[in-house]
Amino acid sequence: MQEDIRLMKGNEAIAHAAIRYGADAYFGYPITPQSEVLETLEDEMPWETTGMVVLQAESEVAAINMVYGGAASGKAVMTSSSSPGVSLKQEGISYIAASELPALIVNVMRGGPGLGTIQPSQADYFQATKGGGHGDYHLIVLAPATVQEMADFVALGFDLSFKYRTPAMILADGIVGQMMEKVVLPPQRQRRTEEEVAAQCPWAVTGKHGRGHRNIVTSLEMDSPKMEENNLRFQRTYAEIAEKEVRFQEYFCDDAEYLIVAFGSVARICLKAIEDARARGIKVGLLRPITLWPFPTREIEALSRRVKGILVVELNAGQMIEDVRLAVEGRVPVRHFGRMGGMIPNPGEVLDALDTEIINPAKK
Amino acid sequence: MKEEIIIAGFGGQGVLSMGKILAYAGLMNDLEVTWMPAYGPEQRGGTANVTVILSDSPISSPVLDSYDTAVILNQQSLDKFENKVKPGGTLIYDPSGIHHPPTRTDIKVVPVDAMEAAIELKNSKTYNMILLGALLALRPVVDSEAVVKALKKTLPERHHHLIPLNVQAIERGAQLVK
Repeated sequence: MQEDIRLMKGNEAIAHAAIRYGADAYFGYPITPQSEVLETLEDEMPWETTGMVVLQAESEVAAINMVYGGAASGKAVMTSSSSPGVSLKQEGISYIAASELPALIVNVMRGGPGLGTIQPSQADYFQATKGGGHGDYHLIVLAPATVQEMADFVALGFDLSFKYRTPAMILADGIVGQMMEKVVLPPQRQRRTEEEVAAQCPWAVTGKHGRGHRNIVTSLEMDSPKMEENNLRFQRTYAEIAEKEVRFQEYFCDDAEYLIVAFGSVARICLKAIEDARARGIKVGLLRPITLWPFPTREIEALSRRVKGILVVELNAGQMIEDVRLAVEGRVPVRHFGRMGGMIPNPGEVLDALDTEIINPAKK
Repeated sequence: MKEEIIIAGFGGQGVLSMGKILAYAGLMNDLEVTWMPAYGPEQRGGTANVTVILSDSPISSPVLDSYDTAVILNQQSLDKFENKVKPGGTLIYDPSGIHHPPTRTDIKVVPVDAMEAAIELKNSKTYNMILLGALLALRPVVDSEAVVKALKKTLPERHHHLIPLNVQAIERGAQLVK
């Protein structure tokens, strides 16, 4: 066995990956099912090795505003929470987006609405992809399906977020947060030096250091024409992200007569259902969006020209299905199968839904 | 090779840690593994279960409809999982506290009185390792060397002096089903 193959929970993988990325700070507040992120960071004590700050804030609101401050100074900073806690962070997320700052936010979703349950859910899709907070902004939203992706998307999320100066979110769920799998951790990177931060983030509030002008980070602009200019700039960034950063994975799509679209750990449940369907001679494919925003609209549109029907499977009442329907534009039936409140469908239920909703709807 | 296992019982019986040792042993044998707990308020007295999948090829779903092998430690879990063992599969159960024993005839049903054996070993905490020994004797999905390595990985160092006792418990469990 190689040294760096480990068995760990998705939440633990996020913590280890953050340290190894050379993240400067984590600010969080515990909530099930993601508390292992903070717990693992506290166990690892990275402040004694890489110098990474790990702080349990007094609340989720405090944590996201600490992220806002750290991000404004050009640091690689992150927070994590679960659904109700992420709702509390929305104001801060909107401010971070409007201030064009990089940050990584992790949401390990649990069943809602309200305080809901601690069991897995994907019911924050709308919140993550359609804004969440106020104003016209987007997060880059990454949906991991494996513990390995939980680790990998920390670096990806930070890198994209710095590249486009916009916050990124890892939108996971209680399944991938709590399950253990093999994971290969990336090598340890050094945290950036003050000089590197100043060079790479000329917008950061690092002190003038001989610079001729003051950097000011704010989301406030009382002059409406200027605020519209800001919005147009944000939209150009979002258009560029939508153009360049769509990520997805296709499984068995080449000869598929039917298509399932699912994200995160649910995509894996669907993959097992597809293996079983194919064993019975039913040609089903799977498209798994990896970026939920930007959404793989073009790819789903292309597939909708080749399949007879599409089933969208989610742990919610039907959220991503709206984006699938926008891509499909009515060409073929698009139906939903979802469980809510922390209930998890097994592969057999997915197969039954595929049959009654898409293959043999007359039987219904 | 692919083995889909459910371990289910009360919280505090060592269900999750037994699954963890099994998963680590799979890792030591270069298998793909998933360990999926039904997480929640699994303190002593509540129900707990964990799905462990060991496979020599990539694993799709960590959530399953049915299992090759079930290790069942209380009546509620038996009621829930007896019908989810695949035909030809194996159901190991602890008969103490079971009022309605399994009735399936198309699977291998093996009672293992692990609590009695644990008392003989003078340590009730060896309970789950006795069951692991029984499981591995019936379904040798990982080798014993891997299990010892897994014990070293999962037990905190201050408990490493208990590894020989755990190995003894695993051997005792294997004897019980021989």
